[in-house]
Amino acid sequence: MTLAAQKAAAVQADLKGRPVYQLRGVSKHYAHGHIKALDTIDLTLREGTFSSVIGPSGCGKSTLLKIMAGLVSPTRGSVVLEGKPVTGARRDIGMMFQQATLFPWRTTVENILLPIEVRDGRAAAKAARGAAEELLNTVGLKGFEDVYPTQLSGGMAQRAAICRMLVTKPSVLLLDEPFSALDELARDFMNIELQRICLERNATAFLVTHSIPEAVFLSDIVYVMSSRPGQFVETIEIDLPRPRTVEMLVDPAFGQYVNRIRNRLDKGAFV
Amino acid sequence: MSSVSTDIPIHADGETVFPDTVWEEEVAFIDRIPRPIAMIGILIVFIAVWQGLTSFGIVSRIILPTPWETAKDIVFVGKNLFSGGYMLEAFWMTTKAVLMGFVYALIFGFSLGILVGETSFGERAVLPYLVAIDTMPKVAFAPLFLAWLGFGIASKVALAAFIATFPIVVAVAAGLHAADDNACMLFRTMGATRWQTLFKMKLPTGLPHIFTGLKIAAVGVMAGAITAEFLGGGNGFGELIRVAASQLNTPRVFSLILYLSLLGFALFWSVVWLERRLVFWHSSTVSGINK
Ligand SMILES: Nc1ncnc2c1ncn2[C@@H]1O[C@H](COP(=O)(O)OP(=O)(O)O)[C@@H](O)[C@H]1O
Ligand SMILES: [Mg+2]
Repeated sequence: MTLAAQKAAAVQADLKGRPVYQLRGVSKHYAHGHIKALDTIDLTLREGTFSSVIGPSGCGKSTLLKIMAGLVSPTRGSVVLEGKPVTGARRDIGMMFQQATLFPWRTTVENILLPIEVRDGRAAAKAARGAAEELLNTVGLKGFEDVYPTQLSGGMAQRAAICRMLVTKPSVLLLDEPFSALDELARDFMNIELQRICLERNATAFLVTHSIPEAVFLSDIVYVMSSRPGQFVETIEIDLPRPRTVEMLVDPAFGQYVNRIRNRLDKGAFV
Repeated sequence: MSSVSTDIPIHADGETVFPDTVWEEEVAFIDRIPRPIAMIGILIVFIAVWQGLTSFGIVSRIILPTPWETAKDIVFVGKNLFSGGYMLEAFWMTTKAVLMGFVYALIFGFSLGILVGETSFGERAVLPYLVAIDTMPKVAFAPLFLAWLGFGIASKVALAAFIATFPIVVAVAAGLHAADDNACMLFRTMGATRWQTLFKMKLPTGLPHIFTGLKIAAVGVMAGAITAEFLGGGNGFGELIRVAASQLNTPRVFSLILYLSLLGFALFWSVVWLERRLVFWHSSTVSGINK
């Protein structure tokens, strides 16, 4: 175990809560070992916590998320979710990507009900329409139920994607740079939305992001990842009260966290 | 213009008066002609050139009939068609061959397209053979179909379907590859089965591609049916054309082709109509032919 990994384990042990995700010694090689995307990642996500990973592009963040979701197999290591080994796609996970990936032939509400339609059939999806409308309402998309996604702005589409992710009430949220295609204003708004949703549902969330302030704002723990092969080189616990507000963005304590992560990234994560 | 260098007039009290700068954006003269007039104009020019070629004896009457002769024959054939004469029977025969050929092409095209687009087996083992056959001139297979299936409608349907299958296979396979990684991952995390992913995501995503293939197939299926009728007789429109041509009855050939093109048009526009209903969400659906 590297020093950094030991530190990471120590920080996690301090945090209370039932472990939801447990990764031990997860490595991933592509192209018959020529590309080492991830190197012995150890990670524990505890119930109701929000963790972020930040690192240079190409360091294996998306790969890590895919392994956690059971979409690709690790080359080595163990992934356990809710006490069960992950050996394939799991339904109790909600995922979001940089693109909203709404299907243009379905109305907004039909897109949101898609996971239910796939799982339980059309009739069940129809029956759940009320719940979907309620979700849309909470993210400020009331009245857009029967609009096609081409008529939604980027931020609105991403809000609809959040609803689709939540409609099956997953216990874990895996978010791969969900807001990095949005403009700054929309992004702040989405971060506050996301925090509210996670606090409300006591969700366990894991976010990949390029934005240091975003990571600090949302997270209980931020992992800094090195460039390929991806490794956690620093684990930073964010000890700011919740719910966090936009005013905190100018708080000196907030700035200190941001600087600490920025320094760490400058120092070596990009090497 | 002179106004370019003119200063903005300033009033006595020193206040600037801003002139209106609403101006007409230039559109080329040829683009300002209204569509009906433009289209009729082209038709008139076409007929005038045609008339000129025949009346000045530049082209022999035997090869090229005058517009008037052709018009008379169009009326004659039209009367026969609409009074249910033997030409209507021939027209119906060709229509049947074309429609059946199209249906078979859809069945084979979608089955093979899904096999090639969805499975790595299909892509690696089946696709090379399909590409090999596709590069051959498919009309050359007509004598084979005649030998195998006889001079009845079956050989016409077979050639029509054979020609129209390939564009559908290619389009379906390409369409299935149009789905992006995130959409596939999303369906996997939803626990979707392979069929659910295919029917709820991959096929709809591929529809713009698929309809491009269907339009090519709709044109090809006509060519296939008529070619088989030229070569293999029977009672279709192709046979009528062949006989008229062999008798040097060129006005008849022209008018038969005109009515035949109505069949092709109907098929093509049915596909376009369906495309507009199903692919309303895609920008390419504004096909420009009939905006
Ligand atoms: N399917 C794949 N085949 C081969 N190499 C891959 C594949 N997926 C990702 N990689 C490589 O692994 C590395 C990490 O990729 P990724 O996880 O997408 O990085 P990030 O999300 O941090 O930008 C990159 O160098 C990428 O080229
Ligand atoms: Mg990525």
